Amino acid sequence: MANRKIKAAIIGSGNIGTDLMIKALRSEVIEPVWMVGIEPTSDGLKRARELGLKTTHEGVPGLEKHLREDGIQIAWDATSAYAHKANNEIVARHGVVMIDLTPAAIGPFCVPPVNLEAHLGMGAQNVNMVTCGGQATIPMVNAVSRVQEVEYGEIVATVSSKSAGPGTRKNIDEFTRTTAQGIEVVGGAKKGKAIIIINPAEPPIMMRDTVHCLTKEAPKEKEIIASIHAMIEEVRKYVPGYTLKNGPVFDGNRVTVWLEVEGLGDYLPKYAGNLDIMTAAGLRTAEMIAKEILSGKRSAA
Amino acid sequence: MNLRGKSVVIHDMCLRDGMHPKRHQISVEQMIRVATALDDAGMPLIEVTHGDGLGGASVNYGFPAASDEEYLRAVVPKMKQAKISALLLPGIGTVDHLRMAKDVGVHTIRVATHCTEADVSEQHIGLARKLELDTVGFLMMAHMISPEELLAQAKLMESYGANCIYATDSAGYMLPDDVSARIGLLREKLDPKTEIGFHGHHNLAMGIANSLAAVEAGAARIDGSTAGLGAGAGNTPLEVFCAVLDRMGATTGIDLYKIMDVAEDIVTPMMDAPVRIDRDSLILGYAGVYSSFLLFAQRAAAKYGLSARDILVELGRRRTVGGQEDMIEDLALDMSKANRSKQAG
Repeated sequence: MANRKIKAAIIGSGNIGTDLMIKALRSEVIEPVWMVGIEPTSDGLKRARELGLKTTHEGVPGLEKHLREDGIQIAWDATSAYAHKANNEIVARHGVVMIDLTPAAIGPFCVPPVNLEAHLGMGAQNVNMVTCGGQATIPMVNAVSRVQEVEYGEIVATVSSKSAGPGTRKNIDEFTRTTAQGIEVVGGAKKGKAIIIINPAEPPIMMRDTVHCLTKEAPKEKEIIASIHAMIEEVRKYVPGYTLKNGPVFDGNRVTVWLEVEGLGDYLPKYAGNLDIMTAAGLRTAEMIAKEILSGKRSAA
Repeated sequence: MNLRGKSVVIHDMCLRDGMHPKRHQISVEQMIRVATALDDAGMPLIEVTHGDGLGGASVNYGFPAASDEEYLRAVVPKMKQAKISALLLPGIGTVDHLRMAKDVGVHTIRVATHCTEADVSEQHIGLARKLELDTVGFLMMAHMISPEELLAQAKLMESYGANCIYATDSAGYMLPDDVSARIGLLREKLDPKTEIGFHGHHNLAMGIANSLAAVEAGAARIDGSTAGLGAGAGNTPLEVFCAVLDRMGATTGIDLYKIMDVAEDIVTPMMDAPVRIDRDSLILGYAGVYSSFLLFAQRAAAKYGLSARDILVELGRRRTVGGQEDMIEDLALDMSKANRSKQAG
């Protein structure tokens, strides 16, 4: 048992899928076995082959017949909100647990430092990771809302042009909608709003996130400051480059923090913290599920 | 320059870009008053939305006096001949806002992206075209890239279904030759059926000169603002532009005296402060900074004891783009920390 790892497939060989693969290869409880793409010449598939994964460029249908024979129990979807539903239907038929890294949001939201534990024992087949901006900012909204009521939470995520792949670009409305929902459901704000900006500056800028909360009553400054710093430490456990750059600034009932997210530079360079925070959260969630399966607390596929 | 006989479609911005200097507080009644007066003056197109477009209501950009839907529902039915347009920035507004705009009778939708990021507009331009709206692709901060790079982005928007493409001088940085090169190349290389437009800011007092250059190079639509009410030092002042075009023998369909009166009697008295070229709006044009950063930089400067000019120059150096208002207070905090540690040292 000690060395047993749960086998997993990565669907989507773009920036997110490739970065996730590199991180998952370091996992002690998960073994990434398959990388699924749709573009035979994609860099992600080439990397996957070099790193010893099996690959297909025929999408999830190309993976389906191998799910059972290779004992795949967990899949990540790093394609797009539009493709996710069909991808999920196929793997669900084979009892595979899906960690959804697209903003499709058909399963319950998971933002690990806020609600990973709430997913324990729930046995959901599909868990959604909100968005990169959501992973970076929802912990901060929650850090305020666990102190006092937040009437309105708003986030601005700024990412470098080079780190925003075609999926993100086609899904920009899904990003704003799903992030806003996550700010409410997981962040705990009564109303949420999300804005995303893509900046093409060279050299590429680090991911930046600004979080504004409007509290119902006057903000309890001391408690909020302590709560924010504690939450920063929680996120840093799996994204070491997550940093509070400025704030919290208190201005009437407005509480604002400015964050920077530096990645590990696994696939794209360090500026692409938006990739890291998503893939690290997706891996962390998958590892929790893998541990449940390994300990017999969750029925295996 | 010979523009005799040319026909130019003028598009008024004072109820959208003009929302920036008004901190988005133009009332529904003021919107109606200005729009009906412009309609009566023969203005063919009038933009009405939050300054940052549909869905712009936010802590980051400012909460408006009324919602986009309230403004549009109030103004659209009052128009006798003018059409109403709405701006949409993907990343801020969504296709839900676009559908609302269609439902309330908006005629023209303008989908705006930073000049290098046209591919985020595919779903919005595609839907607007499907809804049979007059669909405009609006490439902001167009001074930051070469005419050839701008053309590549314009072609993307055209391929998604835009029937008009704008080169937008959001920073008021361009000089007439910059405008001629961009508009000229777009006119030469895009489908002849695709219209070309130009949107200027008056930060270097080039609003009129740049708009004339654009018309000469083939632009059919020109943005400006009555009394110049717009971000930074404002947009091309339309009563002046109409007078110049009239002198040059180009046609706009606008009654010159009437638009002069709207500017003088209605719009100018609405201004919280004169919209003019002062040292801060001048620096926007000089350093190539997004015009709506102006008031944010001035407020941050006052709050943290800094110079707005220093903040704006640094924002330009960092190559910030439209919508990054959140970085202004962040930068001001960094600058004031640096000042304190300098004093301590």
